[in-house]
Amino acid sequence: MRKKQLTIAVTGLNNIDSPGPGIPVIRSLIASKEFSFRIIGLSYDSMEPGIYMHDLIEKTYHIPLPSAGQQSLLKRLEYIHSVEKIDVIIPNFDAELFNFIKLQSKLLEMGIHTFLPTLKQFEERHKSELAEYGIKYGIKVPKSKLIYSVAEIPNLGFEFGYPLVVKGKFYDASVAYSPEQAISIFHKISGKWGLPIIIQQFTPGTEVNLTGIGDGKGHLIGAVPMRKTYITDKGKAWAGVTIDDQQLLDIAKHMVKKTKWRGGFELEMIRTDDDEYYLIEINPRFPAWVYLAVGAGQNHPEALVKMALGEKVISSEKYKTGRMFVRYSYDMIIDLKEFEMISTLGEL
Amino acid sequence: MNVKKNLALSDTGFVFNPSTGDSYSVNPIGLEILRMLKDKTSEAEIKKYLLLNYQVDSETIEKDYYDFVKGLEQHKLTENNA
Repeated sequence: MRKKQLTIAVTGLNNIDSPGPGIPVIRSLIASKEFSFRIIGLSYDSMEPGIYMHDLIEKTYHIPLPSAGQQSLLKRLEYIHSVEKIDVIIPNFDAELFNFIKLQSKLLEMGIHTFLPTLKQFEERHKSELAEYGIKYGIKVPKSKLIYSVAEIPNLGFEFGYPLVVKGKFYDASVAYSPEQAISIFHKISGKWGLPIIIQQFTPGTEVNLTGIGDGKGHLIGAVPMRKTYITDKGKAWAGVTIDDQQLLDIAKHMVKKTKWRGGFELEMIRTDDDEYYLIEINPRFPAWVYLAVGAGQNHPEALVKMALGEKVISSEKYKTGRMFVRYSYDMIIDLKEFEMISTLGEL
Repeated sequence: MNVKKNLALSDTGFVFNPSTGDSYSVNPIGLEILRMLKDKTSEAEIKKYLLLNYQVDSETIEKDYYDFVKGLEQHKLTENNA
C-alpha cells in the first residue's frame, strides 16, 4: 500500500549539547509506517545543525525570533506555506509556543494544522505557577517561592534549609549549598533569564521522566517513562533507559485526565526513596529524547500529526522496557555556500 | 524474601531492574542464587545446593548468603521483605 504523503514543518533544529527536540521529532516521523513525510525545517539561527541535515530535512527557512511577535511570524509562515504547502507544523520550543498557540486558528484558515496545548494549559504549568498547579490537580510539588531580590536569600535557610534549588523562570536550575552560592546562582540565572527567581525545596531522590501525548479530551494517547543514565554538565540526558514505572504512568494519566492536556508533553519528576513522586517541571512539548519512545514501540510525533489532521488515534499503553538511547556528536562537513545561503537569504 | 518479579537476568550475569533502570553484574554463583530466588527456592534449599556444589563450609555460606541478600535489599531488588 502506498503511504500517504504529508508535508510537516518542524522547529527546534538545534541538535547541540543541549538539544532541541526537532531532529528526534523528525526521525520519529520518518519512522512512520503509515505516512511518508516531507520535512521542512524552521530555524532561528544559521548554526542550528538540522539546517544542514539534508537527508532528514528537504528545505529549511529562518523564521523570526518569538520576541518579534505574532504578526511577523504569521507573515513569514504565509510565505513559506505559499511555497511548500505545509500540512502540519510541530513547534518544539517553549519560548515560541505562545505565538503558535495564538496563531493556530489563523494557521488553520491557511490550511496548516497544529495540535497544541491550550493557552490555559500552557500558562498554568509555568515553573512559577507549579506549586499552585500541584494543589489544583492533586500532584505533589516541592515547596517553592518566588523571589525578586538577593536580599530575600538570607532568610531562605530558615524556610527551606540547605541545600535548596535556585531556578530561572524559563530555563536553568542549580543546587545551592549555602546562601553565598544561592546569591551567586541568583545573579547568574537572573542575568540570563530575568526575574523572578524560583527557590525550590531540594528533594532527594532519583529523577524520572516521561514523554507523553494527550488528545485534549482527557485521554493519554501514549506515554513512555525513562530514567537518565548519563547526564551532561548542563543536566541534559546523554543516555537513558525506558523503565517500568506504573506510578509515573498513573500520574501522567491523572494529569492528562484532569487538565485535558492537548499535545505532546514531558513530565520531569523526582522519585524519593519512599517512592513518593514530586513534580519538578512539565514541558509543554516533546522532549529531545522522544525518539526513544519510537524505539520502545510508541510513535508520539506520528500520533500528534494524525490528531492534528483530525484522525482518530487509539491509546497505546504497551512499550518495551530496557530500551536505551545513547547520544553522540558528529561533525558534518558543509560548504560555506550553504551557510551563506541560510545566513543571507534565510532559506536553504 | 523474594526478588522482584520483573527483574531481568541474562546468562552473562547482567541484571536489569526495569522499575529503576539500574543494571548490575553478578558472578556465576550470584546468578545461580538469583535464579533460584526467582524460582521461589527456599533459603535452606539454596544453602544446601551451594554446600553440595561448591567447596565451601556452611559458616562461609551463611555469611556470604547474608551479605548477598542484604546487597539485593539495599539495591531494592527485593519485594515483600517480611
